[in-house]
Amino acid sequence: MEETLMDLDLKEREEYVINMGPQHPSTHGVLRFETCLQGEKVKWIRPHCGYIHRGIEKMSESLTYPQLVHLTDRMDYLSAHINNEAVALCVENAMGVQVSDRVKYIRTILAELNRIASHQLWWSAFGMDLGALTTFFYGLRDREKILDIFEESTGSRLLQSFITPGGLMADVHPNFQKRTREFITYFRKKLPEYDQLLTGNVIFQERTKGIGYMSLEDAINYGVTGPSGRGSGFHCDIRKIAPYSAYPLVKFNEVTYTQGDTYHRYLVRMREMWESLDIIDQLIDNIPQGPIMLELKAIKPPKGEFYQRVETARGELGVYIVSDGGPTPARIRYRTPNFSNLFIINKIAAEHKIADLVAISGSLDLVIPDIDR
Amino acid sequence: MYDFGPLVNSITSWLDTTFSPFWAGLISMVLLGLVLLAFYAVLGLYLVYAERKICARMQNRLGPNRVGPGGVFQTIADLIKLLMKELIFIRNADSFLFNIAPFIVIVASIMAIGSIPFAKGLQAIDLNIGVLYILAISSMGVIGVLIAGWASNSKYSVIGAMRSGAQVISYELSVGLALLCIIAYAGSMQFSEIIASQEDGWWIFKGHIPAWIAFVIYLVAGTAETNRGPFDLAEAESELTAGFHTEYSGIKFAFFFLAEYMNMFIIAAIATTLFLGGWLPFHIWHFDAFNKVMDYIPPVFWFFGKTAFVIYLMMWFKWTFPRLRIDQLLALEWKYLLPINLMNLILISFLILMQWHF
Repeated sequence: MEETLMDLDLKEREEYVINMGPQHPSTHGVLRFETCLQGEKVKWIRPHCGYIHRGIEKMSESLTYPQLVHLTDRMDYLSAHINNEAVALCVENAMGVQVSDRVKYIRTILAELNRIASHQLWWSAFGMDLGALTTFFYGLRDREKILDIFEESTGSRLLQSFITPGGLMADVHPNFQKRTREFITYFRKKLPEYDQLLTGNVIFQERTKGIGYMSLEDAINYGVTGPSGRGSGFHCDIRKIAPYSAYPLVKFNEVTYTQGDTYHRYLVRMREMWESLDIIDQLIDNIPQGPIMLELKAIKPPKGEFYQRVETARGELGVYIVSDGGPTPARIRYRTPNFSNLFIINKIAAEHKIADLVAISGSLDLVIPDIDR
Repeated sequence: MYDFGPLVNSITSWLDTTFSPFWAGLISMVLLGLVLLAFYAVLGLYLVYAERKICARMQNRLGPNRVGPGGVFQTIADLIKLLMKELIFIRNADSFLFNIAPFIVIVASIMAIGSIPFAKGLQAIDLNIGVLYILAISSMGVIGVLIAGWASNSKYSVIGAMRSGAQVISYELSVGLALLCIIAYAGSMQFSEIIASQEDGWWIFKGHIPAWIAFVIYLVAGTAETNRGPFDLAEAESELTAGFHTEYSGIKFAFFFLAEYMNMFIIAAIATTLFLGGWLPFHIWHFDAFNKVMDYIPPVFWFFGKTAFVIYLMMWFKWTFPRLRIDQLLALEWKYLLPINLMNLILISFLILMQWHF
């Protein structure tokens, strides 16, 4: 093989490039990190995305609003309810209609359950990234309970498409309240187990404390939102700064830390699970009666541009709709959290060891289809 | 009671009287080799099964339960699968080194099995430098790992192999020094004599706190030497996909896999022999009735029981701890374990000098 000029240059500096991904156990999907290493040390990382680009935004232009909701499930598949809610809210605001309180309550409960399920899966996979294989089974054991609740009410476990412009696809199952309440008591007992298994472990703390420091300026400059940004003290919880659905009615804390390292990004998510349980606890007993679907003649937002943002499990999801008054959007654009969260990795993981790169990319909680859309 | 010496002696004397000295030696060697190989294979399969069952218990799962009662034949089915699988050859790999590496790894661990005393007289060879022999042989395996990583011509494999080299060479020191503590107590490197010195109490009880320190250090360093979690940096599947054996398939991969489990067994067996009294039964001072009952349990059971306990400890922390980073791993060895070990050795020398141990 002929050596290129770049190879020679790398050889002189004793550096070499490896591709982590698109098929790699710790990139959680088809993402490629072009990584330059000097021994074990990471010199730079170039993330390459696009391996799972499906053109969701373009496809949506030829679909009606209730139809395109189904595509949003396939972006961040771990926050399907929240993605659906974003589109539903955007369309409802554009049309100037208000859903009933019952719908608002149920949407919020589903979104928070979804957030817990997503954080559980993240916790499981993060432990695996660090080599603690048992966390995976503990996390999935409890996630199963949430998925069962979803399956009973929505008919689907992962990609529900349950929240739709104008309300909900159907009413929740009669067991919904009972099972959710059972889950709250169950999971409040199980969450301390997570801390015993991983958080308190000396090796785990050594591996994560002080690793991958992200300053508040960096978080804001790169637009890192969600738990990753809040670990650096960025107050970016949309549920607090622009409340939607039933969030104005509940009391909860925005979890922030100022340390900005991997360990505190981890702690944000662990504490968010407690906060989500509190939110569900406040709502689940007070679901009011009311219609679950607005009686709309046609779902056609007026001519204009509309934007709605919500807080998914990974950060701020923005939906931007340009409407020409027809049944399909003229242009739709999603501001997905993972896309902005991904590109800070070069900044925070360079000059760390290769094992830290895995821990840092795990702590950003990336979902690859959400990056590529 | 339960002495295998007469049985072994009668076989050797029968061979000596029936055949010429050359053939007698050859036949006994072949017999020993066959027995050890069969033992090696069966034990390896059983250990894989045990690990799968134990880790399943720790992870709220059932583990294999379809092939045979309780899934006992699962690993045999896996072995057949691995035997039938295609051996993939890499185009730019160094084919000679690539092919020989798994054999170096597996031969090193088979040779180490030979000098482990399973029961009284049940030992292939009782060298007068048994401990040194085990240390020397078991560190040969890392050559195979290094060759495997290098010859694969893959960057992930090279990183894994280099990690493994740094790790094993570092932790070899701690293993050696921890064993040296017991050698100092026992005054011999011969396994039979070390066991004989524990007739009145295992070294972990007789040796005061220094023996405990040495035991813990030995367990940590021994786990690191076998490349098992939390020290499995050489294979670290979330970082290096599979490290040094990324490019291997079929039975060559199985060789690495089997050698890892057998190395774990060897580490546990040496811990048993040196710290936990080998095949000697558990005795309590001045409690003759209890001691007599314990004596009726055959030494083979004692040996395998204690070894299984140590193996269980190693599996336990593999399945609960996250993996260390390479610099933390080396810092643990050079900044903590080695100085503690040296101090411990001085302490033990002092104890022996003052005759303060039992």
